[in-house]
Amino acid sequence: MTTELATAEPTTVASAGRVRAKTAPSRRSIKVWGPPIAVLALLIGFWYLLSMVILPVDRRFLLPPPHQIVTEGFLNGPVITDIIRSLGLTALVALSGLVVAIVIGVGWGIGMSQARWIELSLFPYAVVLQCIPILALVPLIGFWFGYDFTARMIVCVMIALFPMVSNTLFGLQSVDVSQRELFRLQHASRWTTLLKLQLPAALPAIFAGLRISAGLSVVGAIVGDFFFRRGTPGLGSLMSVYQSRLLASELFTAIIFAALFGVVVFWFFGVLRKLAVGRWYDTTRS
Amino acid sequence: MTVTASTPTDRVRGTTILDFRDVAMTFPDGTTALAGVDLTVARGEFVSVVGPSGCGKSTLLRIASGLEQVTEGDMTADTKRIGYVFQDATLLPWRDVSANVELLAELHGIPKAERKAKAKLAIDLVGLTGFEKHLPRALSGGMRMRASLARSLTLDPELFLFDEPFGALDEITRERLNDELVRLYTEKQFGALFITHSVSEAVYLSTKVVVMSGRPGRIVATFEVPFPLPRDPDLRFTAEYAELVGAVSHALRGDHS
Repeated sequence: MTTELATAEPTTVASAGRVRAKTAPSRRSIKVWGPPIAVLALLIGFWYLLSMVILPVDRRFLLPPPHQIVTEGFLNGPVITDIIRSLGLTALVALSGLVVAIVIGVGWGIGMSQARWIELSLFPYAVVLQCIPILALVPLIGFWFGYDFTARMIVCVMIALFPMVSNTLFGLQSVDVSQRELFRLQHASRWTTLLKLQLPAALPAIFAGLRISAGLSVVGAIVGDFFFRRGTPGLGSLMSVYQSRLLASELFTAIIFAALFGVVVFWFFGVLRKLAVGRWYDTTRS
Repeated sequence: MTVTASTPTDRVRGTTILDFRDVAMTFPDGTTALAGVDLTVARGEFVSVVGPSGCGKSTLLRIASGLEQVTEGDMTADTKRIGYVFQDATLLPWRDVSANVELLAELHGIPKAERKAKAKLAIDLVGLTGFEKHLPRALSGGMRMRASLARSLTLDPELFLFDEPFGALDEITRERLNDELVRLYTEKQFGALFITHSVSEAVYLSTKVVVMSGRPGRIVATFEVPFPLPRDPDLRFTAEYAELVGAVSHALRGDHS
């Protein structure tokens, strides 16, 4: 289940990157849109091949053909209402988890950038947080915080936190030595140096981390929900219900919605990054 | 011939603004960067230091600015208005030219209107008028260096410290900036300590050229530069200029020791 989710995301994400690249005359747009659409057509063809030819009829429920997913999932009123309602909750969890992860992560990064001993004492725990399997902690978090909003958000924060911490720290520390000395020569205070030099210089790295964390926060919200299966159902609980009832079409619909949500989040933070630092910070990849 | 090669003298034309007395510098890892350096810069004097790479020229400058402390001897700078021009322009990439030029005044808490006026003046002075709203990435290397110069000028320094500022520029841009710097110097009469590895640049800009030996850095020769200010760009093609450049180069290669 979760692996399916994880693989579904990068592919959609990659095509989204290409789509954003250019909007120009028709010949150009054919050049840009043509190849990914051709790949999509090939994938759908292969899907039909698996579903209609290779799978025996009595096992077809494992991989229903695409048109069946559209009719039983996307065009099915009650199903789509359920999915959208739970997507709303998941989005809320992901978003609040992300905000908390940003605040803690940037604060943690700034704290570590202030003194070597703080970095030495705190960085190992950021790494530990990254290394322990959060999934193993999910039941414990449920124990302590119940199975509702707070617990889901905590799972989300734990999964999304590390890129914010490490990228903030990296960004703050990557400030050019002579620029630091320029500030030192004017006897600029620690606070002034942070505000006028280090933070602006770290913004590109922070936004890069933000993009990763945003994607992770969506994963975190769904995963937490998938394991808790209590309280108001989010997308994760819904998927788990569909899975247990062998409702493959509905499950596929939910997965596609989750993937689309991930793409939107990724795109949104890409645009935000461009607005914030695109003027002066250029990356060759969009 | 007006060329004088001698041990460092205290011949000054004004009062001393920067004074190194028997300065030695040993880094914590044990490398000795400077040993027994005596050097003075008088108010309104332009002193260049040439030397092989790694001889501690830059260390001299870092000591003068207060970025490093001497391990032996004494360094005194008789002013607080010190401009430091780095090897690269060190502009903040997210600020446009005028915001970059305003930075130092901003760090000193000078009110907005006043620092804007200062910045405008400095930008005009270095010939960047019309580029105020450009970001550093849209400027050529020479223009970035001009912006960096303008930034230091807003402090109205009595002492300028230059750390090989034009080393990364092409020959033509470099000569043009040398001309501009001489013009600025003639106009403002600041004291200057200019580090470079180009002998011709040092002779063209300075009133005094100091030659340092390799590690540990010590001063091996001092040359007074007799040419009138502001320098005529054609000075570069005269025999006297070539002769002085030759003499300094010889000293640099150790023919004088």
